[in-house]
Amino acid sequence: MIEIKELTKKFGDFTAVDNISFHVNKGEIFAFLGPNGAGKTTTIKMLTTLLKPTSGQIFVNGHDAVHNEHAVRKSFGIVFQDPSLDDELTAYENMELHGVLYNVDRHALKGRILELLEFVELLDRKDKIVKSFSGGMKRRLEIARGLLHHPKVLFLDEPTVGLDPQTRNHMWSYIENLSKKEKITIFFTTHYMEEAEKVAQKVAIIDHGKLVAQGTPEELKKQTKTNSLEEAFLKLSGHGIRDEQSTSVDHMRQNRKMWSRR
Amino acid sequence: MNTITILWKRQLLRYFRSTPRIIGSLGQPLLFLVVFGFGFGPIFQKAGGGDYVQFLVPGVIAMSILFSAIFTGIEIIWDKQFGFLKETLVAPVSRLEIMIGRTLGGATVSVIQGLIVMALSLIIGFKINLSLLPLALLFMILIGILFTALGTAIASLLDDMQGFQLIMNFLIMPIFFLSGALFPIDNIPEVLKIITRLDPMTYGVDGLRNALTGVGVFSIFTNLVVMIILTIILMFIGSYLFSKIEI
Repeated sequence: MIEIKELTKKFGDFTAVDNISFHVNKGEIFAFLGPNGAGKTTTIKMLTTLLKPTSGQIFVNGHDAVHNEHAVRKSFGIVFQDPSLDDELTAYENMELHGVLYNVDRHALKGRILELLEFVELLDRKDKIVKSFSGGMKRRLEIARGLLHHPKVLFLDEPTVGLDPQTRNHMWSYIENLSKKEKITIFFTTHYMEEAEKVAQKVAIIDHGKLVAQGTPEELKKQTKTNSLEEAFLKLSGHGIRDEQSTSVDHMRQNRKMWSRR
Repeated sequence: MNTITILWKRQLLRYFRSTPRIIGSLGQPLLFLVVFGFGFGPIFQKAGGGDYVQFLVPGVIAMSILFSAIFTGIEIIWDKQFGFLKETLVAPVSRLEIMIGRTLGGATVSVIQGLIVMALSLIIGFKINLSLLPLALLFMILIGILFTALGTAIASLLDDMQGFQLIMNFLIMPIFFLSGALFPIDNIPEVLKIITRLDPMTYGVDGLRNALTGVGVFSIFTNLVVMIILTIILMFIGSYLFSKIEI
């Protein structure tokens, strides 16, 4: 479903993603792990056509992400690390807008939206402005939105960050349910290793832009002779804390509460 | 409904839902109208300039459109990270459609803002030339599109709000103050005169004033041609830079 071949992305002299290759099978739940600044988000951006690779090839649902970006865009849904809902619109309006952008059949659209809102238990809130939603509700709405156009792959970039354990659990059960019921391929990143261990069928670990390991959580534990994925992860990527340079985005993220007029 | 109309509709929905924003952004033009209109009015009259309110109102209408339009464009900086922009950028639609939808939405909102200021100015005694009202509206729309596109172009180049103050003080404020919105630009020092002629806003203000009150430095035709050409150029630059945004 997803195939990456010798993918490299350079920003000037800095190599963010260094010659990585892997593939994800249809219907698989795939965890893409790595410390801060390892190249996770850069890889997701390339997979989702937001960034162009320096070299290498990406295929999503059989389409080339560089030369056939619209076909790729139709094939996936995404939940970003930072919220991307329009806070001033209602849940329904956010969904409707997505439906129009993805050219979902107009007659089927309404039914599909209601069905998905039901699925994420937001149906009774469909006409409420998103601004009034909690973090967990927004995430659920984003998941529902990402599924609206019947994607083959769902990308989740740190979907559970900042959510309480209850909401997190709830969310993963949705997602597992989804992959079982609709055979959607799930590709996610997270910093919570126990989450990845519990949910993912396959795991890839990236560090300093290079793929350091991939396999099932069991295989990785066996390979590193450890008892949990967290230990395996630390063994593979080292215990040193990463000094990721703070970017303007981090500042904006910090200031967001202050600025959140929307 | 297609991409352009739904993005346009989105801007309108957002505008009408945000009452504080509507009221807030009327504060500045009202202050200008009252303080400058009545404060400088007597001097302007004594100096032989005629009724200052008549002179000032088109400038202040243009001002409210300018600021409102620029802000809609600049919003993209914020939107890049914490907002809806990403959602549109990964959708299977072209960047050009996104840019056009947003710009038309922003322009519509700012023209509505301008119309509200116009209505308020009638209360303080502004007399309008009704026969050329459609032409006045056309100038308002052009100002709206031109500056939303400019805001979009700027926002596409900036990564955070740090540069915003710089843009405000060194670009937007000069564009406004040097446009002839507040003072006549025919009898001023030569250098200033040249600068005002290089300011796109000058032609918007002059055209609007000409259509509303029949007084202007340039002919309506000149203003219209200059504004249309500049709007097209800015739309091109804006779309180009918007298409180059990498998140």
